[in-house]
Amino acid sequence: MITWLRILGKSGLGWLAVNGRAGVFIVNTLCAVPNVRKGFPLLIKQLYAVGVLSLPIVVVSGLFIGMVMSLQGYSILVDYGSEQAVGQMVSLSLVRELGPVVTALLFAGRAGSSLTAEIGLMKATEQITSLEMLGVDPLRYVMAPRLLAGFIALPILTMIFNVVGIWGGSLVAVDWLGVYDGSFWANMQAATDFKIDVLNGVIKSVAFAFVVTWIAVFQGHDLTPTSEGIGRATTKTVVYSSLAVLGLDFILTAVMFGDF
Amino acid sequence: MHSKTLEVTVGLFMLAGFAALIVLALNVSGLTFSESKSSYTVYASFENIGGLTARSKVTVAGVAVGRVVDITLDKDEFAGVVEMAIESDYDQFTTDTTAAILTAGLLGEKYIGLISGADDEFLEDGAMIADTQSAIVLEELIGQFLFNNVNE
Repeated sequence: MITWLRILGKSGLGWLAVNGRAGVFIVNTLCAVPNVRKGFPLLIKQLYAVGVLSLPIVVVSGLFIGMVMSLQGYSILVDYGSEQAVGQMVSLSLVRELGPVVTALLFAGRAGSSLTAEIGLMKATEQITSLEMLGVDPLRYVMAPRLLAGFIALPILTMIFNVVGIWGGSLVAVDWLGVYDGSFWANMQAATDFKIDVLNGVIKSVAFAFVVTWIAVFQGHDLTPTSEGIGRATTKTVVYSSLAVLGLDFILTAVMFGDF
Repeated sequence: MHSKTLEVTVGLFMLAGFAALIVLALNVSGLTFSESKSSYTVYASFENIGGLTARSKVTVAGVAVGRVVDITLDKDEFAGVVEMAIESDYDQFTTDTTAAILTAGLLGEKYIGLISGADDEFLEDGAMIADTQSAIVLEELIGQFLFNNVNE
């Protein structure tokens, strides 16, 4: 009984400590204002690694998700003779929900895990310690560019995902299944509001970007520097950020679209 | 990779993101920068607005000429007062214009249809359309139908 209590207490305290370290880490990193002249090339390099290299997977998934939704929506709506509503269905579900969420999940898998592994390996090979020995702040030169790159890249990827998805949807509905393209776009434009739908989607993706990158970089910073530790931290990054994205998505949706 | 190529690629990436946002704004959500296209306000009160919402279309002969801006309740008459913004290009509605709440298809969205009359004077900003036809509520129709059947 006492042993159980002790284990519970230990894991509880450990959990609290991790959260505390994560909080201290993000504050320290964001407050470590980088030297603009020296930090900018680093940021560009990370933006390339995190953003540009994630483009293929984001574009391909966006295209197929848009196409599938259009196909599914058409096959249901055509029974009610309202297949023109495919446009608004595709655009609303992509812009509000699927775009931000799926892109964040893909981002966690593609970029988040590689961030964790990269920083972890730097730590395991004592590159981080060497930086400290040289008097270079690793928070400023290793962590901050990666965090900022993640914050910037994910919203951009989300926008690209949305556009490609909607294009894929119109490809299937209009070009393949023969929905009249005037009513496809007109229904979409009538149903989608810039402030309510598009901007709220952007806000969501900014929130997801913050959470996913934070988790990824912190897991890399905090792991035990062994090959096993790196593996575990990488898994944790993907699992935690996926859960965080889905949970946060519910809360954000309730705040943005719930009428209360 | 050469650092210049890197910078250009990232620049293109950022540009693609902004371009995507602009496409979303203009093409998908139909945001127009000429939002403040000049319009004038006309009111109409209906017995029952039945599902009409703000931003619904106002049409003449099926052509959209404006939007519903606001819907309020007239507390004295218990009627729904609909405020419509009609584009200034279409300013030749006679004072005996009728307004009806119509439905696109059987289950589609509600919109307002205007039918111009034969009067010489035109509706001005803030005018009230007197002749209105309420929304047809399906349940009421069915109710009446059943009631008539029982009476026979």
